[in-house]
Amino acid sequence: MPSSVSTLTKERRQGALPVGPPAPVRSLLHGWGSWASVAWFLLPALVLFLVFVLAPIAVAVCTGFFKWGGTGPMDDFVGFENYAKLFDDQVFLGDLERGLYLIALSITVQLPFALFTAVLLNQRLRGRAVYRMLFFAPYILSEVVTAVLFTMIFLPGAGMADHLAGALGLEGLQGTWLADPSTVMPTLFVVMTWKYFGFHMMLFLAGLQSIPGEILEAASIDGAGVWQRFRHVTLPLLGPTIRISAFLSVVGAIQLFDLVWVMTAGGPNHSSETMAISMFQFGFKRYQVGYASAISVVLFMISLVFSLFYQRYVLRRDLSGAVTSGGGR
Amino acid sequence: MASTPPSRRSFLALSGLTVLSVSLTAACGGGDSGSGPTADGKVTFVWWNIATTEPGKSLFPQISSAFTAARPNITIKTTSLENEAFKSKLTANTSSGKLPDVFQTWGGGVLRQQVDAGLVEDLTEAFGWSSDLTPVSLQAYQFEGRTYGVPYDIGMVGFWYNKKLFADAGITAPPATWAELLEDVKKLKAAGITPIALAGKEKWPGHYYWAYLAMRVAGLPALQQAATTKDFTGAGFVQAGTHLKELVDLQPFQTGFLGAGYSSPGGQAATMGNGKAAMELMGQWAPSVQKDAGADLGADLGFFPFPTVDGGVGQVTEVFGGGGGFALRKGAPKEALDFLKFFVLENESKLLASNGYLPVVRGAESQLTDANRKVVADSLVKATGFQLFLDQAYPPAVGQEVNDSVADLIAGKKTPEQVTKSITEAAKGA
Repeated sequence: MPSSVSTLTKERRQGALPVGPPAPVRSLLHGWGSWASVAWFLLPALVLFLVFVLAPIAVAVCTGFFKWGGTGPMDDFVGFENYAKLFDDQVFLGDLERGLYLIALSITVQLPFALFTAVLLNQRLRGRAVYRMLFFAPYILSEVVTAVLFTMIFLPGAGMADHLAGALGLEGLQGTWLADPSTVMPTLFVVMTWKYFGFHMMLFLAGLQSIPGEILEAASIDGAGVWQRFRHVTLPLLGPTIRISAFLSVVGAIQLFDLVWVMTAGGPNHSSETMAISMFQFGFKRYQVGYASAISVVLFMISLVFSLFYQRYVLRRDLSGAVTSGGGR
Repeated sequence: MASTPPSRRSFLALSGLTVLSVSLTAACGGGDSGSGPTADGKVTFVWWNIATTEPGKSLFPQISSAFTAARPNITIKTTSLENEAFKSKLTANTSSGKLPDVFQTWGGGVLRQQVDAGLVEDLTEAFGWSSDLTPVSLQAYQFEGRTYGVPYDIGMVGFWYNKKLFADAGITAPPATWAELLEDVKKLKAAGITPIALAGKEKWPGHYYWAYLAMRVAGLPALQQAATTKDFTGAGFVQAGTHLKELVDLQPFQTGFLGAGYSSPGGQAATMGNGKAAMELMGQWAPSVQKDAGADLGADLGFFPFPTVDGGVGQVTEVFGGGGGFALRKGAPKEALDFLKFFVLENESKLLASNGYLPVVRGAESQLTDANRKVVADSLVKATGFQLFLDQAYPPAVGQEVNDSVADLIAGKKTPEQVTKSITEAAKGA
């Protein structure tokens, strides 16, 4: 982390100068004894992290190099064969494509929609607490409950969606929804949006509340209209929240499992399969644990690389200090 | 500030950690397997079943408490899991090499893998009373002359049809050949009736069509041979796919079948039970699931065996199906097998009376009262050949590929040739 490095060098510089201004962050660590006590306090967390995070990752990476059925000794070392097979697998390549599709839609449709509702509910509005609660409620439902609910809504023939489509004169859509390879992804996205936009709306609302009224007032006095105030004051000040929201949205789309598993199990014919579902299919249905591990490693690497880049290049400013403080170090 | 070497506090931390890690180890390793007989003669064993729906849901606990009531030294720890959850959990347990003492099994390839890993008790010697059971019920649990499981249910797949809807379409007798079936499908469609209900989302119901067609066209020996040579590209298998495609091309399935589940609301069983489709290809459990998910068709429900295919070598008396059984973990207490003996031999009439299971005990089919179940049981007794569900008989990777590629064929995404190629690839790679 660049910021902590700079803190340390500053620290050292300050230690070399006998007289000087007090250090902005004074380290409490002097000598070996205090390091040891820190280590002791960290140990339980560290052990848990090792046992439940790092060790499983290591095991998955290791298993990914073997052809292994889940029982008996792991002795058929195949090197990168699992990975080669993976990037030759139409379903897995489709998983990546579908992941990108969901990410793109999340960022271009779901987040703006959440922002719009947040701005709307940030106004003085009769019963806005009720609206906020209503829109947030889907997020509290479990994914499985949501999935079962929408399975019924999209039930061919008898579901609410079919009745609605019929009433609106869209007979062509009846009986498709989750049952047709060409409509299943948009349908899934609608459900995802229904479930998650309330969460992003809440984040945006919190962000909006932290924008000082004086700034908006000052903008008004300077003659800025509603749109200008939103575009040049609200939006920039909401930047950190939007960036975090987008981050959560992307990671959520990459790891999507429960909702899809219950609604379509990845079907029809793999047309809604995600990486996590492919992994489950191979690991727990086909007992090809080595291959499934390879999928999980790729899934992990994608998430990790994305997170690192995003934090390094997009969130850097947000992580090193509040925007309103005039920029961090 | 602890600048002195850590003493009391760190000692406490260390001991806390030790407690933590001990309990963690216990959580990972201990739990599942019951202990053998202790000094006071007490025996505890763990029993995993899939009885989460009626009739098993209330019947299985009744049987186990009847067993332990007569034997106070035995305790049975029961875990009932839903079908798919059970399979996932058992997979995880298989990987760790620790199976529960008594567990649900369908035999075939999955059990074979567990046997090969040395996790399953060989019952051949202790299971002397297997001669009381029908040979067809035992077949799925036997490998190279050794027996590894005790069946409690056996059945077969066939067409369940709605007599009233057939009559409405002017069909007088159920079809005996594939060509007749296709004709009947056309008649039903012409009469505005959905001919067939199918759960496209779940894939396994679709594989029944391909498997039965392969049995009828290529014959049972060809299926068994393909399992050993790992070559499914023979002309008979391609032809099975072609015949299935003939059916699919008539668009016989209900609207949105690709997204339909089997027992879920609006799924295959509900469609059939509510009289919205004229037939379904399903196992012996079909009537009870129809009743559960939709409605009871009662006297309107009929059963006919899978038709023969002109020019094919398979007979109509060769059946495709499977049942349920229990296997024992290697080293399970011997009382566990006593329990299975009690479960099967002394409770057969209760199992049959519950209308959820079909007989595994010789001669017990005479106790059946329901006409359709009688037909199924009689067909099984008279069967001249038996093939276990392909997704159970073959190793899981192959079985799932059969399900997947047949589903692709039904959705029009794969040709019959591509299906046989994919299955062969999976078989060679597994």
